[in-house]
Amino acid sequence: MALVLAPEPPLPNWLAALDAQVARAPTFFDGRPVLMDLGALPSSTPDVAAFLRTLEQRGIRIIGTEGAHPSWQGVEAWGRPFPASSKPGRPIEVPDETPKVPSPAPGSDVNSLVIDEPIRSGQSVVFEKGDVTVLGSIGSGAEVLAGGSIHVYGTIRGRAIAGLAGNSKARIFCRKMQAELVAIDGVYQTADDMPADLIGKAVQAWLEDDRMKMTALDSTDTGDANGQSFGRNIRQGRRR
Amino acid sequence: MAKVLVVTSGKGGVGKTTSTAALGAALAQNGANVVVVDFDVGLRNLDLVMGAERRVVYDLINVVQGDAKLAQALIRDKRIDTLSLLPASQTRDKDALTPEGVARVIDQLREKFDWVICDSPAGIEKGAMLAMHHADTAVVVTNPEVSSVRDSDRIIGMLDSKTAKAEKGERIEKHLLLTRYDPGRAARGEMLNVEDVLEILSIPLLGIIPESEEVLRASNVGSPVTLASPTGAAARAYFDAARRLAGENIEVVVPMERKGFMSRLFGRRVA
Ligand SMILES: Nc1ncnc2c1ncn2[C@@H]1O[C@H](COP(=O)(O)OP(=O)(O)OP(=O)(O)O)[C@@H](O)[C@H]1O
Ligand SMILES: [Mg+2]
Repeated sequence: MALVLAPEPPLPNWLAALDAQVARAPTFFDGRPVLMDLGALPSSTPDVAAFLRTLEQRGIRIIGTEGAHPSWQGVEAWGRPFPASSKPGRPIEVPDETPKVPSPAPGSDVNSLVIDEPIRSGQSVVFEKGDVTVLGSIGSGAEVLAGGSIHVYGTIRGRAIAGLAGNSKARIFCRKMQAELVAIDGVYQTADDMPADLIGKAVQAWLEDDRMKMTALDSTDTGDANGQSFGRNIRQGRRR
Repeated sequence: MAKVLVVTSGKGGVGKTTSTAALGAALAQNGANVVVVDFDVGLRNLDLVMGAERRVVYDLINVVQGDAKLAQALIRDKRIDTLSLLPASQTRDKDALTPEGVARVIDQLREKFDWVICDSPAGIEKGAMLAMHHADTAVVVTNPEVSSVRDSDRIIGMLDSKTAKAEKGERIEKHLLLTRYDPGRAARGEMLNVEDVLEILSIPLLGIIPESEEVLRASNVGSPVTLASPTGAAARAYFDAARRLAGENIEVVVPMERKGFMSRLFGRRVA
């Protein structure tokens, strides 16, 4: 999936926040196409092209820009500005919140992360090393990105993105499915594409032949191939 | 020990200022020493709702910048002498509020009052962040509709991560105040019901304030509703909420649609 980065002034602070994000999730940007939304920068911002070069030096692969001011020199080099309507699917915004990812306690299993609070709208939890278990709910407008599977003991109302680093075996489990979006290894579904009879149910989702399948957890045939596979499966920007 | 309380919401127009005035007045009516502080710099409202707009000389920014002493800026309410207002500036811009200046003013207020109630501006920008920063307790004002609930969820996340308490690793106390609740519309499914909102936000319920003409009338005459119509449904709900804030354990009653005689009769027959 393409990421959208929307820098905000003052740029040095924004860059520092970005570096902090990269430090927490070092492979977050690896090979991922990134769309730059420059709309929040004042037209007086000096040398935006140099700023974009700084990002590339950090290994960020810019595939396009939008919202560039016509007076800025050299920004076209990063591709023609995208009209807003051609944004790839529903882009993931890089969080402006500090994700409240507690560092795993020493000696604990570092391949899993347990969060015992609700994840609130606007918050983003990124855990590339493995599974994420959420004891509360993922709020509308919140997101969890996991390298492995995602287990939610409450309701998914926001986004759950599993199998981040190319793990097609990852799954998503929740007690109540009301997600805006779920994705596994780049295959994603929005609420509109999900089978209506599973909304509000305890559900698991997994991939089979690159298609997302979903089934109610309490049905007797849980986990076998009888799960519903639904209409529109979209894969965006397969990495590598 | 003084308590600093922020009344916040994310979304605009949900009833923060109304609730600040009503809760502040209700606590003061019960004898506590209360100051209500308007953080909505540039769009001040609290002075109007408190009926003190013609008495504003100095404001929060003058005090923050050291141009006036706190005592010069505080306006004592004419009806309840344990209630004071620290108004916002209508002409200055919120950038005039500095974190250090706000910290100093809040410390001074803590020494003088039992309750320091901060009326937050809408949004999640600097003004709202400064209003919540020193709070011990937050009242999250929410209307029973989807956009307000999501904005409240977002604000709760910020209360848990951006306040002074959160930065020290402590927890800020959070309460949900559901306002403009219309029992008829909730019954017809035109509004979220109380359980839905509680399930989504999962913080304790401080009270449910019904949609009420009395609130509009009170703010038009420049009086907190707990003073203007103390026996009305909205005022009673605010009085109860104030007592819960003060630590009393009172059951929350979900406002019900007042049914006509006929439907009550049939209601009983059918059941
Ligand atoms: N319970 C209620 N019943 C009827 N009207 C109400 C109620 N509560 C608030 N209102 C009305 O809603 C409007 C907005 O209220 P208020 O100014 O308190 O909101 P606010 O959250 O402070 O807004 P802002 O975000 O602009 O500061 C006002 O006209 C007020 O009188
Ligand atoms: Mg207001």
